[in-house]
This record gives sequence, C-alpha cells and structure tokens, in this order.
Amino acid sequence: MRSDTALEPRAGWGLKIATGAGLLFLNFPVVVIILYTFTTETSAFTFPPPGLTFEWYGKLLAERPDFWRALGLSLQVAIAATTVAMILGSLIAFAVHRRSFFGKDVISLLVVLPIALPGIVTGIALRSSIVIFGVEFSIWTIMIGHATFCIVTVYNNVIARLRRTQHSQIEASMDLGASAFQTFRYVIFPNIATALLAGGLLAFALSFDEIIVTTFTAGQQQTLPIWIFNQLPRPRDRPVTNVAAVIVIAITFIPILLAYRFTNRVSET
Amino acid sequence: MTTAQQDSPVAIRFSGVSRHFGAVKAVDNVSMEIYDGEFYSMLGPSGSGKTTCLRMIAGFEQPSAGSIQLHGREVAGVPPFERDVNTVFQDYALFPHMTVGDNVGYGLMIRKVPKAERKRLVGEMLELVRLPGMHDRKPSQLSGGQRQRVALARALINRPSVLLLDEPLGALDLKLRQDMQIELKAIQQQVGITFIYVTHDQEEALTMSDRIAIFNHGRLEQVGSPTEVYERPATAFVAGFVGTSNLFTGESAKRISGNDHAFTVRPERIRIISTDQAAPSGARVGDGVIKDVIYLGMNTRFLVDLDGGDTVIVMQQNLDNSASFDSSTRGQRVRLIWPIDFERPVVLE
Repeated sequence: MRSDTALEPRAGWGLKIATGAGLLFLNFPVVVIILYTFTTETSAFTFPPPGLTFEWYGKLLAERPDFWRALGLSLQVAIAATTVAMILGSLIAFAVHRRSFFGKDVISLLVVLPIALPGIVTGIALRSSIVIFGVEFSIWTIMIGHATFCIVTVYNNVIARLRRTQHSQIEASMDLGASAFQTFRYVIFPNIATALLAGGLLAFALSFDEIIVTTFTAGQQQTLPIWIFNQLPRPRDRPVTNVAAVIVIAITFIPILLAYRFTNRVSET
Repeated sequence: MTTAQQDSPVAIRFSGVSRHFGAVKAVDNVSMEIYDGEFYSMLGPSGSGKTTCLRMIAGFEQPSAGSIQLHGREVAGVPPFERDVNTVFQDYALFPHMTVGDNVGYGLMIRKVPKAERKRLVGEMLELVRLPGMHDRKPSQLSGGQRQRVALARALINRPSVLLLDEPLGALDLKLRQDMQIELKAIQQQVGITFIYVTHDQEEALTMSDRIAIFNHGRLEQVGSPTEVYERPATAFVAGFVGTSNLFTGESAKRISGNDHAFTVRPERIRIISTDQAAPSGARVGDGVIKDVIYLGMNTRFLVDLDGGDTVIVMQQNLDNSASFDSSTRGQRVRLIWPIDFERPVVLE
C-alpha cells in the first residue's frame, strides 16, 4: 500500500495550508476553552491571559459538590441508556436483517426517526407523553428519553455488520453440530461484537452531552450539560465552568476514540 | 463397478421428493438412491434443483412432499445439527474471526472433545488436505484454494457418514480446479465417506464421479456412471448437457434413418470423407457443405450443413500437423459417415 500512495501526486502547499486552516478553525474553540481554564482572570477573556494558575481545578474539585452530583447523574443516565440501546438496538437489527415481514421498512424508519427529528420535537413529544401518563419526572424519564435516540447508533452499526456477514457462516455452524444458542455464542456474537461496542460507545457519547431532550424530560435533576448551561449567567464562575467543560471533553473523547479504533480494525481484515 | 456399489447399503434415499417455493417447483418428484462410499454428482444448469436437493439432505430446506431417508432414518424435521452429514459450502463459509485451526476444530469443540485430542485431530486433518503448519493463520491470509481446503478439513473432521459439496471448486481458476478434482477424488477414496457433489460443470462430474445424476427443471433426467450418461444418454437434454451431441428429430431423423425416432450422435463419432469415397457398409451417410472450421489445438471442430438443412458438428482429433482441413476448406462439399451403432435413441422433453 505504501508504494501505491508514493506514486500518487503529493498535495501542493496551497492545499496543505488550507487543510491546516480548516482544522484550526474547527478546533480553535476547544483550544480556547482549555487555555482559559488556567487564566487568573475570572470574567473577561483577555489575550494573552494575564497569568496562569491551577486554582480553578482545585476549586471545582473541592468546593463544587453540585458539579460532582451532575457528573454522576450524567454517567448513570449514559450507562443506563447505552445498556438499553445495546439490547434493543441489536434485537431490532437481528429482526430486520433476518426476516422479511410486513412493515419492515416502516420499522427501520421509525427506529431512525428519534435522531432524525430535531431534538426539540423529540423533547416536547416525550414531555407531553410523560405528563399524559402521569409519570413523575426523575432520572428514569431522562434515561428513557436518551434511550430513544441511542438505539439508532447501535441499530445502524449492528445491521451494517450483519449485512457484511456471510449468512452461510450460520448454516456452516449448524451443519457442524452447533445449536442455535451455540451458533450465536461462537459465530454471530464474535462477528458483531465490535460493531455492538462501537455503537454502544457512540450511544454513550450522545447521551452524555445531550441537553435539549434532557431539558424536557428532567425534573429537578441536573445532568452535566444542564449544570454547565446554568453556570452561564454567573460570569465569576466562568473559569470553573471551563474546567468542567474540559472534563466533559475528556470523558466524551475517550469512547469516540475507542469506537473509531474498533470499527477500523475490523474493516482492515 | 456400478453393480458393486449397488450391493452397498443405501446412504440416502429420496422417494418422490418435491420442494416448492410458491408456484416454482424447484425440485419436482425426485426419487433416487445414493450408496455408501459412493462419489455421487448432481449435475445440472443453474436453477435445475440440484442445490435444493443438497440443502434438503443437509437440513437447511424441508421437502414440500415425499420423504428423505438417511441410512434408513426419516429426516423430515430433523435440524441440521442433528444430522450425520457435513457440508462444504460454495463460498467456503469460514469463520473470519477464528484461526484456521479453530475453524477446522469447530465441530470437535462443539462436541466437547478435549483440547489436546482436538489439536491432534486438527493437525492430522490439515495434513490430509496438505495445509500443515497453517494452524494459526486467519482465513483472510489464505488463497482461494487454501480456504477451500480448510472448508473441506472442517467438514471432514467430524467423520460424517455423508459429505455434501456445493460447487466447492467454482471460485477457483481452471488449473487449480483440475488439480483439486484429482485431489478430492483421492481424499474421498482415502476416507471412504460418501461424497455428494453438486456441480454445473459436466467435465468435473465426469472426472470424479462414480455416478452422475443429471437434473433439469427440478426433475431427475438420468442417473448413471460417467460412461453410461455419456455413451447412452436417456434424454435429449442429457445428450446435449453432458458433452456435445447432434440431435436429430422428426423429419431430420426420418431423412437419415428412415423413421422419426429421435436420436443423437456424438461429434467425435462422425468422420469426414470426400464425396467420391464410398461409405463402408453399415454406416450412415450424409452429404453436405463445410460451413465453418474451428481449430481448437488438440481437436478441430467442423460445422457441416447437410443437404436436408441440418447443421452437424463434427470433431476430429488433430493427429498429424498437416492441417488437412484449414479454413480454406470452407464451402467444400464433403460426405459424413458414422456407424449406426453410435446412434443413440433419446427421449425428447
């Protein structure tokens, strides 16, 4: 492969500069956030920062239990929503992939709908339903709301993998004496495992930073994104908020990176 | 040879088996017996029902009517994993996430054969298919021919009473395919298992089989040894599908033989002589004009327009290099002769 790419014409300087500028434009705000977690100023963004300090990291760790509660709640919601999505998403994928039945296309469309619709619509729809059924707003309503759109990422990943899996493998396994359960355990599951994991990690990242739907489905609970949003009217807290944002970046980045690696490794073989 | 096999016990018996997919009769009232230790080919064009028959033996399809017996036991409703047969799939169906060794040992692992024993048997089996030391490779690192061997080893390791092969050489190039044909036959004789081999390649079927079953439109046209189906085709379809044949029907048959019973003659049984040469007694004679000459290396193929209007294919071996009939012979008047013994009466559709 290396020798092939060497033969292709190399990118010119103009293209390289343009690419660099594009990437800088995309990621500049993130750099700003990280930089201003260290500033000695509280409210204004002067450049360069007048001084550098770790004070805000200490302050967030020591003096803001509300942040830690919000972070904990977000993690709980994300883990629960991801688990539900992984189970339901892969089950739907199996059903849609293996069988042809009346309304199959409608089902695959309905699965994708919650994420295709604007979050504000999903949010208001969920809120109305929750009120109509007289359910009290709680961590559970947040989880259910998140699960509705997290299912999609798992479903899409798993069904794409199933379509790439030779069906004859399943017949071969049965032919060699494996029962349906053994075939699932030794053949189907290993085939879809990385897709399931990648879908789950994406679902986790989606849930973790979700704010629109959460606003409609949460009661008094504050998830991390809502906590950050509520920090905005308090200029003196801005560096502390920035530190919180950096923590969110770190937490979100890890699963996305892992998902990327898992899906790539499989397509190589 | 055939009689010897008919003394063997019956491995598989089809009695009036049909398989319908909606209005389509994929398999239509097929009855046949396959004997123990036989290399049995099911030959036919695509859509002729041969693969469906194979899948019914494996248990992936259920017959719509009729009965299938495996060593005397009715198998309707018996799932694939409870049948003493194994399959080599057309696309190999290797498990991509497992090593070659794990692929081959899969059946043993399912039957909970201890690890050490498993390893020994897998080693033996890889030896048999001439892939020693490939234990730790992944299927993606193998060539097509090697994958094919792994698929064969994986199926054979369970010592099934019957091995089903669904066009296993279809994806290989010609040279490799010819080598594998000889090797498959050798392996079959070595392990002594009944092989049921699905193919659309008549040459492949002739090369390897003890008996060939020829399928067309879901029906069984003829079953016989390679010599039988080639020398004495029962139907016009068999005559045309196994090798090449000149088919004479109705008026054409009447013009040549005096009655309108359909018959065929193989192209290599026909000789070309010049029109002033007398035909030997007991030979059929037909005069015509050479329409085309196709040089094929070992043979030359002639298309001759008989005076009655039929076009006849004649195949002549190129025994010397004088090239006595080159393209300049096009348009030349010739006499075709063949012994009456080589005419084969056939049943039309």
